[in-house]
Amino acid sequence: MKVILVGATKGIGRAVARRLASRGASMSLLGRDKAELERSARDLEARGAAGRVVTALCDMADPDTFDAALASADADLDGFDTVVVTAAAFATQERLEAEPALLRRLLDTNFTNTILFCEAARKSLLSHGGGTLCVVSSVAGERGRKPVVLYGASKAGLSAYLEGLDHKFRPQGLVTVCVKPGFVTTSMTEGLPAPPLAGTPEAVAARIVRAIDRGTPVVYAPGIWALVMFVIRLLPRTVMRRVGF
Amino acid sequence: MTAKPLARRLPGSRSPSPDTPPLTSTLSGWGRAPVVPGVEIRDEDLRALTKDIPLVRGLGRAYGDAALPAPGDVAIAGSTRADRILSFDPTTGILRAEAGLSLDTICDLFLPRGFFTPITPGTRFVTLGGMVACDVHGKNHHVDGTFGRHVGALTVRTGTGQIVTCSPDRHADLFWATIGGMGLTGAVLDVTVRLTPIPSPWIFEERECMSDIDTFVTALKGAQATWPMTAGWIDCLSGGRSMGRGVILRGRWATAAEAPGPFPGGYRRPSVPFDFPEFALSRPTIRLFNDVFYLKHRRGSRRVVHPYTFFYPLDAIGRWTRMYGTRGFTQYQCVLPEAAGPDAPRRFLTALTSRGGASFLCVIKDCGAEGQGLLSFPRPGISIALDIPMRDHTQALIDALNEQVLREGGRIYLAKDALSRAEHYRAMDPRIGHFLDVRRHWDPDGRIRSAQSARLFGW
Ligand SMILES: NC(=O)c1ccc[n+]([C@@H]2O[C@H](COP(=O)([O-])OP(=O)(O)OC[C@H]3O[C@@H](n4cnc5c(N)ncnc54)[C@H](OP(=O)(O)O)[C@@H]3O)[C@@H](O)[C@H]2O)c1
Repeated sequence: MKVILVGATKGIGRAVARRLASRGASMSLLGRDKAELERSARDLEARGAAGRVVTALCDMADPDTFDAALASADADLDGFDTVVVTAAAFATQERLEAEPALLRRLLDTNFTNTILFCEAARKSLLSHGGGTLCVVSSVAGERGRKPVVLYGASKAGLSAYLEGLDHKFRPQGLVTVCVKPGFVTTSMTEGLPAPPLAGTPEAVAARIVRAIDRGTPVVYAPGIWALVMFVIRLLPRTVMRRVGF
Repeated sequence: MTAKPLARRLPGSRSPSPDTPPLTSTLSGWGRAPVVPGVEIRDEDLRALTKDIPLVRGLGRAYGDAALPAPGDVAIAGSTRADRILSFDPTTGILRAEAGLSLDTICDLFLPRGFFTPITPGTRFVTLGGMVACDVHGKNHHVDGTFGRHVGALTVRTGTGQIVTCSPDRHADLFWATIGGMGLTGAVLDVTVRLTPIPSPWIFEERECMSDIDTFVTALKGAQATWPMTAGWIDCLSGGRSMGRGVILRGRWATAAEAPGPFPGGYRRPSVPFDFPEFALSRPTIRLFNDVFYLKHRRGSRRVVHPYTFFYPLDAIGRWTRMYGTRGFTQYQCVLPEAAGPDAPRRFLTALTSRGGASFLCVIKDCGAEGQGLLSFPRPGISIALDIPMRDHTQALIDALNEQVLREGGRIYLAKDALSRAEHYRAMDPRIGHFLDVRRHWDPDGRIRSAQSARLFGW
């Protein structure tokens, strides 16, 4: 397996990278801080990744970095078959409402730029005969909800894109996996009160890697969120308006 | 999200303003007592985190108040997400890793490759930083000393905020004060330690019943020359002629020929599902448990076992501390020096039982030479560790035990302590003055403090 990962320095991405490393995958880490990428690369080598784990600069806030990063990973890995994107921005609804500049950055990163990156990755994968594109969205994109109106909107758009991509390109060999985590205890959510169904990055990573292996188009993580979201999707608007979640 | 300012995520600060909402979250150590207001903040970037929050907590296995914020402080930095391996050289065994890397992960990754930590405490759910801060010891103390002896270098953020690399040759004062320094000289950011090559990942062990404490101590000493690992459990409830009866454990790494197979990973652990009521841990139930344990080992045994069975019997049960109920417990560990003579353990057990102190099996171990860490716990003699449920009389019992240890010229282990009085602790160890001088030098404003340091040192 030859994998490109964006967001492997922390949280869910770090856990996914370690799981893949322990299976002896070849990997290229893309991210915005070279020193951090290198430290993570050495960690993954010590944990069993095949050969030297390579890195390339790629800032999800700056689409101009995408092509060069993908080309560099492609050259280093001598082709790749899987792309995993976990990088994203998060801020509380309160802050996003109060700080328009932050909101713009978040919408750009999570929606526009992530899709631009996926488009570039898709083309590259298809030109090699296909592969897997696994992108982390969120349960926050399932329904419009008061605590995550803005962040949720960015993820809703991303999920819609990933579904369309899967419908359109699976016949040509491009498998799209859309991951929808519930609350996961990572630094992204540090300081927020953890709900009872909170997952760990390691458990979420296990589900992600299994979904990649099986080519599952949509995966909730932890699994119980599939049930929770099934119910939430059924709730009438009048009820959604009244509840706090 | 590196740009996220940490201050924004702090629910409070050292001097909360009048409009800071009252803190509702609490923290405690492994013994679940004391419980103090506080919040642990974790991040992969321990460097950034410790700029604002100088005191660090690892996996929270210190039993008492060592990894709790001092009164008036709120936040403590959690290191567990700073867990990357920075380098490993299989030709030398030298591992450099971030301080939050757990021993559990080190076992998982390196046992199958023929390496093990040079020193292990009785649980693998500790971090490298915690092993340094407590200068942990294990069943091989009589041969290999404490963890600090095997550490080559540390990167530390000191109280003034500077990041310093120290080693036995560079800033040696900071290095040896940090080894066993309970995190008070600076936040350990990364650790360089030499792992030990092993012939197989399995252990050959021997268990034998000992009829009383004197036989036990003699057997421990007798095993020193031939066995690299020894320890034992004693029944602290039996009195008279069978006082201190128990089971001695001797072990060594199994040879490749003795090993039953490759290292089997994935160890599933049952967990204690709820807090036991207080009566569950009364004298009669403890006596029953101790009797059954002793009888089970009557014939002794010799066998090859999984290393976790040998090193980490309690790790096999998740959240076992719930057995002690919601009030929690304290662990008391002391070392009685050789100079106190061979009867010191018997005198200690008498002091314990005469005050009605009941503990599940106590752990006993003979210690070798003292380490160079300025507050390193072990010294030549006999170490005894007991779990004591928190009850109304527990403080009085700890006071009495400390007085007994003082009379014998011994000392206690800070990683376990929650209740010792400053005057007792400070009278136990002549090295404390030197330690505090070094601490003051690297942290002149006294920024780094814990609930334990406030209790024992006043800052
Ligand atoms: N945690 C949750 O509860 C939760 C719930 C639902 C969905 N999710 C989604 O799961 C994914 C992973 O979240 P997490 O909790 O693992 O987050 P995290 O711990 O904050 O990690 C985020 C990762 O993304 C990288 N990143 C952020 N912005 C970037 C940028 N502009 N360019 C390049 N890399 C960037 C970070 O790299 P640096 O090292 O450079 O910071 C880091 O590696 C995200 O898509 C998130 O929206 C999380």
